[in-house]
This record gives sequence, structure tokens and C-alpha cells, in this order.
Amino acid sequence: MIEVEGLTKTYGEARGIDNISFHVERGEILGFLGPNGAGKTTTMRILTCFMPATGGKATVAGYDIFEESLKVRSRIGYLPETVPLYTDMQPPSYLAFVAGLKGLPYRRIKPRVEEVMEQVGLTHMAHKYIGELSKGYRQRVGLAQALINDPEVLILDEPTIGLDPKQIVEIRSLIKGLGGERTIILSSHILPEVSMVCERLIIIDEGKVKAMDTTANLLKGMGTAVRVEARIGGPADEVEKELGALAGVRVVTRTAPSNGELAARYLVEFANGDGGGHLISRLAARHAWDLYELIPAKLTLEDIFIKVVTKEEGVAS
Amino acid sequence: MRNVLFIVNKELRSSFNSPVALVTITIFTALIGYYFYNIFASFSTLSFQAQTNPVEAKQYGALNVTEFVIRPFFGIMSLVLLIMLPMLTMRSFAEEKKSGTMELLLTFPVRDIEAIMGKFFGCLALFFLMLALTFPCMALVAYFGEPEWGVIGAGYVGMVLLASAFIAMGLFMSSITENQIVAAILSFAALLVLYMIGYTAAYAGEWLNVILSYLSFTAHFESFAKGVIDTSDVNYYLLFVIFFLFLSMRSLESKRWRG
Repeated sequence: MIEVEGLTKTYGEARGIDNISFHVERGEILGFLGPNGAGKTTTMRILTCFMPATGGKATVAGYDIFEESLKVRSRIGYLPETVPLYTDMQPPSYLAFVAGLKGLPYRRIKPRVEEVMEQVGLTHMAHKYIGELSKGYRQRVGLAQALINDPEVLILDEPTIGLDPKQIVEIRSLIKGLGGERTIILSSHILPEVSMVCERLIIIDEGKVKAMDTTANLLKGMGTAVRVEARIGGPADEVEKELGALAGVRVVTRTAPSNGELAARYLVEFANGDGGGHLISRLAARHAWDLYELIPAKLTLEDIFIKVVTKEEGVAS
Repeated sequence: MRNVLFIVNKELRSSFNSPVALVTITIFTALIGYYFYNIFASFSTLSFQAQTNPVEAKQYGALNVTEFVIRPFFGIMSLVLLIMLPMLTMRSFAEEKKSGTMELLLTFPVRDIEAIMGKFFGCLALFFLMLALTFPCMALVAYFGEPEWGVIGAGYVGMVLLASAFIAMGLFMSSITENQIVAAILSFAALLVLYMIGYTAAYAGEWLNVILSYLSFTAHFESFAKGVIDTSDVNYYLLFVIFFLFLSMRSLESKRWRG
């Protein structure tokens, strides 16, 4: 559905994105992950034909973004990060305006506007001006304008930024519900979000693709290292030494007990397997130490992200 | 064409939802009404004096409404438009760029030229409303006197052409900046220079004189106020409009490339 090949964008001397290539299948939800300023927005702006690339090629829905820009633009829905809307209009008239520009036939405009407002939960805000709406509702108007032409490709730039937790959950489930028939590219710097919504991830940093795989594979690719967090009451030095001597342990990190706690925390990283929670509990029992907490913690996307980004930096320097 | 209409419709809606259109139209109408009253009142005083004192009447020459009411009326209107129209055009692109809505507009399947034509005709539609509100003045003249309708018609055609030129300039200035105030000041300054450039022509050398008076707004407007629709004047305004709309298009395009 989306083919990107060697896309490059330079702003004068500064490099926006550098030789980015990827492809997205029909019906797939792709996550764009990267720190702020990594080039996510630049890539999206190029794909939505807002600005031309300096180099490389890309096709969306089979049309070249530069040569057949109008055809591409009528097949996409785009929600920019800042959710720019005309504040002096009411949602229905704004959506009708967008629907008209996106080429809906006149008689389809009104029913479609009502349909989309229903879909994003805006119906009861129809009489208000967009400028009076809260951030969460503006986001819905933004999403509604992206959906109005029933686009094949949906490009959403940080769709949940600045929302409260309840709104985030709502918008997220809304987006997830849109998948299946539509191809969606979603950018974010919030990792749990993309892992919940997206099937495949692209991690970009400093304008380059650092990693690209399915969410599951990315987790697997990092090795099966498992960490266990334990809070054990006992002679701290001895506990640390014994923990380090357990089978398969790579690193033990000790944290001094915080306020009101009697026992220190130990972060034990096992090289592989299911982790060694059972080894720790046996160890504590053998020495008659008090075991307060035992929490297995898998490698999260945060870890992957930091590893991918910092590993590359390590090689470069 | 369809897209242009949608943008015109949206522009009008936006203008009337915000105070911009109402304030501009009200002030324009009030100023025009005030000037019209002064012109008309002084003409009726003059006619009254001329009737009672034939000696004095001679120094005015032909005392008719066309010469003493209609021509100054359009002259004043052109000056008021010079001040008011930049207020209407300043937001067109500057506001869209500042608030970021430009990013969405340019990712809709709309050609740049359609976006510009939409903005242009949106402003022009508002101007037509302003112009329509001056018709009662002419109705008053027709009620009390016998104006030459041809002159009035030509005057209005000239007004539309002049306003189109003002709007095209205003749109261009709005397309090069994100700041509405800057856009208004720039277009006001540029229009004022073109308005007054004719005065300089009198002191300039032979060939410079020709160029300067050709560029001048006033020189091209005078014939309309006399009731003459000269194709060379019409061409001047049309070329002016096309040139500045073209520049606006280039300006949008360069904004795309620079990101």
C-alpha cells in the first residue's frame, strides 16, 4: 500500500531524514517510533504531499507522491500533530468543507458528516465552535476530518499527545477499531501506546531507520533476557554476593532501602530462560532471609528502544 | 471550480463568524455614507447659490451631478478601499500559516491555484457586499437629480477592477508572511506607493514619466470616473491581478519546498 524508497529530505544544511525505506501492507497498522526531532513528522509530511522530498521515491496506494500528488491526496486522511482546525467554525460545517474538498459528491456530504461525527463521538458537540472545544474533542474533530473521505491510508502524527489518560484510552481504541480495512501509519514517542496498537514498528532516530520489525520479533530479537526484582531482608552484601552466584545471572544491581522499608532491592538480570524467580526464593529460604517482594519484569519496548538507539550511537562514536 | 466554490463558501462563513467582516463592512459603509453626505450637501448648497446669483454661477462652469457628486464619490471610495481592503486580505494566508491549518489545506486534493482563487473570490464576494451597500447613495442622487447612469456604471466597473487589484496585492503580501499585521502594513504601503506614484511622474524625466504614470492606479481609474471604459485600463488591472495571484502561487510553492 505504501512503498518508500531512499526518501531523503534536507533543510538547507540540516538533514531532516536520511535515506528512509520501508513498505506497509494493506490493512496494516505501522508504528513510527522515535524521540522528538527524529524525523517522524518530516516523513509523514512528505507522504501526505505537504512537502516534496529532496531525494528518493515513494508511492501511496499505487500513486507516486510527487507525480500524482492529487490522486494520493484524495486517498489519504492526515491528522497533523498540532491538530490545526478553523476555530471559528462549527464541526459540521468544517467537516462539510473538508468533505467537499476531498471530492465527496454533494448529496453524500451531509449524511457522511453525520456518520463520521457519530463514529468519533462528536454528535453532542455539533452546535459548538471548534475554538470552544476541549483538546480531546478537537482531536476527535481532527480524526473526523481525516476519516471523512473513507481513506485507504490514514496517517496520524502523535494522535494522543496532550490528552488525559481517559481520552487516550478512548482515542486509542478508536484507532484500533479503524484498522483491518485501512492502512494506518501512526507516530508516537510513547512506547506502550504503539506496542498496544501497532503490529509492526519502525524505530527512527536522527533521520535514519534504526530498526524495523513486528513488535513481537523486536522483543524476541533482543534476546530472552529476563529481569527479576526482589526485595530481600538480610545482610545486604552477602545477599548480593549469593544472588550473583546463582545460575544464569548476568548482573545484580542493589538499591538501598527507601524510606520506611527494611530491606534493600535487588535487580537481577538472568541471561535467558524463564528467569530465576524460583532460584531466588529457594536461596532466601535456605538462608532464612525475609523475601518481601519478587517481581519478574520482562524487557519492555522502552528497553528495546533505548538499546536500539544507544547501541547505534556507541558504534558511531 | 468545485473546490474554489467550497473555499469561497468557507471563507465567507469564517469571515462572518469572526468580527472581521462585520467591522470592516460597517466602517466602510459609515465612511462612505459620511463622505457622500458632505459631497452631496455641498453640491446642493452650490446649486442653490448658483440659482440666486448668476454671476457666481459662471465661475463653476457646468454645474452637474456627474462632475460634482459622482466623480468625487468614486475618488473617495477608492481611497477608503485602499485602507479597508488590506484588513480583509491580511488574514487569508497569514492566519492559516500561523495556526497550521495551511498544512491540512495543502494535503487536501486541492491545487495551489484553486486555493488562491478560492481566497481571492472569497474576498471579492465580501467586497461586492460592501459595494452593494453604497447603492442607496446613488439612489438618492437619482431621486434628487438626474445622474448619467453610464458614468455610474463605469464607475462601479472601475471600482470592481481596482478592488480586485487591491485584493490580489493583499493576498500576495499575506502569502509571504505569517504575521497578519505585517501583511496588512506591507500591502497598505505597496498600494499607497502605486496610488501616489502618479504625482512623481510630473517631475520625472520624459521616459520615466511614461512608465510611472502607466504604473499609477489613479491614472487608470480616472477614465472610469469620467464614464469611459478603456480596454487599456481594463488590461492594466487584469494584468495586475494575474501577476500578483501568480506571485502568490509561487510563494505557496516555495513554502512547500522549504517546509
